[in-house]
Amino acid sequence: MITDFRYRGASVQKKVFIIIMFMIMVFYVVLIIYPLFNMVISSFKSNKDILTTPFALPASVDLENYRTVWVDKGFSRYFLNSLIVTTAAMAFVILFGSMGAYGISRYTYRASTLIYMLFLSGIMLPLKAAIIPLFLLIRKLGLINTQLSVIMIFIAMGLPSTVFILSGFMKGIPLELEYAARIDGCSDFQIYRRVVMPMTAPAVALVTIYNAVPIWNDFFFPLVFLQSNRLKTLPVGLSTFFGQHSTNWSLLFTSLSLAIIPMLILYLFMSKYFIKGMTAGAVK
Amino acid sequence: MEIKKLRKGAWITFFVAPGLLVVSVFILLPLFMSLYNSFFSWNQLISDRFVGLGNFKRLFGSYPYKDRFFNALGNNVTWFVMTMLVQNSIGLLFGYLMSRRIAGNQVFRRIFFIPVLFSIIAVGFLWGLYLKPSGLLNSFFNLINQPDLRQVWLGDERLATLSIIFVNIWRWVGFPSLVFLAAIDAVPEECLEAAYLDGAGEWKLFWRVIFPLIIPSITIITVLTVIGSLNVFEQIYTMTGLDGAPNYSTDTIGTLFYRTAFGSVDSGSPEIGIGSAIGVVIYLLTFCISLASIYVTRKREVQL
Repeated sequence: MITDFRYRGASVQKKVFIIIMFMIMVFYVVLIIYPLFNMVISSFKSNKDILTTPFALPASVDLENYRTVWVDKGFSRYFLNSLIVTTAAMAFVILFGSMGAYGISRYTYRASTLIYMLFLSGIMLPLKAAIIPLFLLIRKLGLINTQLSVIMIFIAMGLPSTVFILSGFMKGIPLELEYAARIDGCSDFQIYRRVVMPMTAPAVALVTIYNAVPIWNDFFFPLVFLQSNRLKTLPVGLSTFFGQHSTNWSLLFTSLSLAIIPMLILYLFMSKYFIKGMTAGAVK
Repeated sequence: MEIKKLRKGAWITFFVAPGLLVVSVFILLPLFMSLYNSFFSWNQLISDRFVGLGNFKRLFGSYPYKDRFFNALGNNVTWFVMTMLVQNSIGLLFGYLMSRRIAGNQVFRRIFFIPVLFSIIAVGFLWGLYLKPSGLLNSFFNLINQPDLRQVWLGDERLATLSIIFVNIWRWVGFPSLVFLAAIDAVPEECLEAAYLDGAGEWKLFWRVIFPLIIPSITIITVLTVIGSLNVFEQIYTMTGLDGAPNYSTDTIGTLFYRTAFGSVDSGSPEIGIGSAIGVVIYLLTFCISLASIYVTRKREVQL
């Protein structure tokens, strides 16, 4: 495009502008990368070295700290718990969400708008603020200190945006395909499963990332509902660990690296999908 | 005909019921119960008697609730203003530069987005360590021979909130950047080229052509900032603790709400009534301010 900032052939004034802006962006890149880099090198250093020579590279790369945190301090358990909770919640978010979106967008009936609004009522209001009645409810259901409690809440949290994005997408799938399947003797469920869902796959991928990242990272609900150390998810486990080892910086940086690096690696391989997925709610 | 209609109804129910049930029980019901609970006085976890707006009166009118509440609300306002001014302006600038395909823009967009994916907990604890008096930031000022710039970032009442806000901005800038990038990319090329060929300078091109056309995305980012600012909790929890140390200077409605609901400060026991009242206030504020910002930005929206 002719409005692009191309350095070559630009006027001197524009060249200066481009260089300054480029430098600002490079500065911000350093501001993001360096703290992460320092976190990793610190995890290989002793407490004394972290405080006296914070910018120096570690003398040796020894994975002993990682073994301590991962095995002895139970981070493998926290990691597994996060995986269980996120996977279970996401499976039902996608199942119930796509079914709901199908029921709203593929039939014409009067109550569909009302049902749509009911699903969407939770999209803007933070569920955190309803923690008191949620706590009383979960207690009444006998679900305190069970993974089911946070799984149910995460499903509820994920459904509004899922129904919103998927029903918008499903509306665009031509009804003629449905008629054809119906003549071939498909039931409504088979149409949902065999015709509409395969065509919705790209939107499902988007919704999965949009919801799975916040669920994986969520701290508040596991903090309230999962008190037993055996059940804690990664963010809550990390918080407990910080409370217990607040002076052992070496171990703290190791635990932070263990919490952050898996997501970073996943992102490096799938950055395009993550960017698309995470901004899906704000970009139509 | 009747049977066909009935079957259609049954299928619709089959599809929407499971999701609707979960949303009703875990979102809608708690929402209404918050309001309902706030009208009662509570003795631990048992509701005592109906007090009408009594909880709200105590929250807005009596010590220590009043002082804590308005102190926290003030900090939430600081969060909102700073996030709008700093984070979203930088986001707009970066989004614009990347949309003009500045050198390296593909790399920039990927790197800017990295911290967005990390949990607030990990980011909060990481920067909590870096901002300690003996942490990395102060060491850096030693390294460049500017020891006067060293501060007790999280221990100084005037600095603590701003420090935490900047950590949050560090984590979040990539998000508005990419939202604005997508919005500017969606502006039809002809518009830009026409304005450019008519001799509009860079500055004019941005404010007269691009800005009016990306108002919808500005609305969305503003609403998300409102919601985010009213929900600040984890950032405080990890960096200065539930009490909003030092001396409540970093306290927010989120942390105040948590303390009131689960009882760890002031009275020591949970205050379900007052807590519910704060919950209702959070909902009302979120709803009203979001609506207001949609209204304000909508008015400036233009259609091609």
